[in-house]
Amino acid sequence: MARMVTTRSKVISTAAAWLVGFLIFFPILWMVLASFKTELEAFAIPPSFLFFHWTTENYVTVQERSDYLHHALNSIIIAGGSTLIAMLIAIPAAWSMAFSPTKRTKDVLLWMLSTKMMPPVGVLVPIYLIYRNFGLLDTRSGLIFILCLGNLPIVIWMLFTYFKEIPKDILEAARMDGATIGRELIYVLTPMAVPGLASTLLLNLILAWNEAFWTLNLSTLEAAPLTVFIASYSSPEGLFWAKLSAASTLAIAPILVLGWFSQRQLVRGLTFGAVK
Amino acid sequence: MATQQTQLLARTLLTPAVALLFIWMIVPLALTIYFATLHYNLLDPGSESFVGLENFRYFLTDPAFLASLQNTLVLVGSVLAITIILGVPLALLLDQQVVGLSIVRLMVIAPFFVMPTVSALVWKNLLMHPVSGLFAWIAHLFGLPAIDWFNEAPLFSVILIISWQWLPFATLILLTALQSLDEEQKEAAEMDGASAISTFIYITLPHLARPITVVILIETIFLLTVFAEIFVTTGGGPGLQTTNIAFLIYSQALIQYDVGSASAGGLVAVVLANIVAFFLVRIVGRNLEA
Repeated sequence: MARMVTTRSKVISTAAAWLVGFLIFFPILWMVLASFKTELEAFAIPPSFLFFHWTTENYVTVQERSDYLHHALNSIIIAGGSTLIAMLIAIPAAWSMAFSPTKRTKDVLLWMLSTKMMPPVGVLVPIYLIYRNFGLLDTRSGLIFILCLGNLPIVIWMLFTYFKEIPKDILEAARMDGATIGRELIYVLTPMAVPGLASTLLLNLILAWNEAFWTLNLSTLEAAPLTVFIASYSSPEGLFWAKLSAASTLAIAPILVLGWFSQRQLVRGLTFGAVK
Repeated sequence: MATQQTQLLARTLLTPAVALLFIWMIVPLALTIYFATLHYNLLDPGSESFVGLENFRYFLTDPAFLASLQNTLVLVGSVLAITIILGVPLALLLDQQVVGLSIVRLMVIAPFFVMPTVSALVWKNLLMHPVSGLFAWIAHLFGLPAIDWFNEAPLFSVILIISWQWLPFATLILLTALQSLDEEQKEAAEMDGASAISTFIYITLPHLARPITVVILIETIFLLTVFAEIFVTTGGGPGLQTTNIAFLIYSQALIQYDVGSASAGGLVAVVLANIVAFFLVRIVGRNLEA
């Protein structure tokens, strides 16, 4: 029996929830609005909320003045590349720990998690010097490598928790029916693992896309992804609000969409299934 | 059936991940320890000399360290308090019957996916700007003087921005936990005549204790190393008012090129983080059935 909900309380909670939701979302909305204003209107006091001269020129200017596409491409390559490599290393590892656990599997998992506890600042100096000596500063491959390592523990953990949930009985049934390891992998395991793989991929992409510590410290121009490109607007000569807003909107739009799709997995992924 | 063959295969599959993470942990850490014992400035190459624990003494007694340690603690503590104190009622609200809940939920979690450099700049310029920011205009509407946020209350401003980013995370986790709460238990309490407040205190809150610990521990790990938000808003200033440990080490390493001190500071950061990690690993480990 569902609890009785009076109309009045429903109206109140709806109004309250929408108000709070709007307040929290407001900075993003405000930024998107500003991106369609002229620079003059973006600075204007009192601010114009909807009745201003809508323009898309900022989006054009952002590309022309500072080559937004170059940085967007860097973001795609770095986030995508580090995610793919992390998955390639993590899938076999998580698979073997989930399906062929040993006494030490739990220790190995916890140890992997503990590498994530090492704050990046703790190793900034050696990484910076190693990168400088090997000519990896401001290169995409350098960033791909470091982001891949940084996210690897989380990726392995997420995959492990998903793989653990695949019922072993099904595997045994398949084996009884005479399936070979290859067939078992293709026809039984893969279809069941796909949702877990997809959400891990998504979360990893989001983390890598937004990662700012390593990208700010290890790249300047050539390999700089969008996080660094946006930060360049913090210099006094970069204070064009409408253009900053346009660039920011472009930078967060794809990841916002991915994030919304993966909100449930995010909880599990980031808390390693400790909260369900 | 775990035959020897499959076990061998499993070990082989695990090896690359373990080897990579091992190298990732050991090499930089060993180098940090080594650099921390050197007097080593990048601007003065070839003059490295062994100074033992001198860098640690220097780093730990530096007034900048104490200031940044205090800022770090205030920042982490405030953001945790804000996100949990606001997150609990927000999660409770989203757990009610709300028309258009999925849209509200999307609006609430959106800030979590905004990259830190974007959120810092949007808040700094569009909202908190002392002349033409939205907050200044609102203050003006009420006949109040505009606040020059980053000069008058720099640390608070940074805390505000970071809380906005992390409130969705806390809310989302708490909401997920609320939804797994047994409806029947709540109903039984209602039947027995429990008020909404006592239901909250005796049933809901105890149920939220675990997710709250998880939120605290995970946020702490990330908040200890907040960097980008400070980098693009205040640059650690004015003075040292918004310098946290992460930013202090960054400035010693890549602005002053003092490798020795920065390394010593890095190790201090590692130790601090591991104190937190110790508890996290214990809590997560308890839930792990491997």
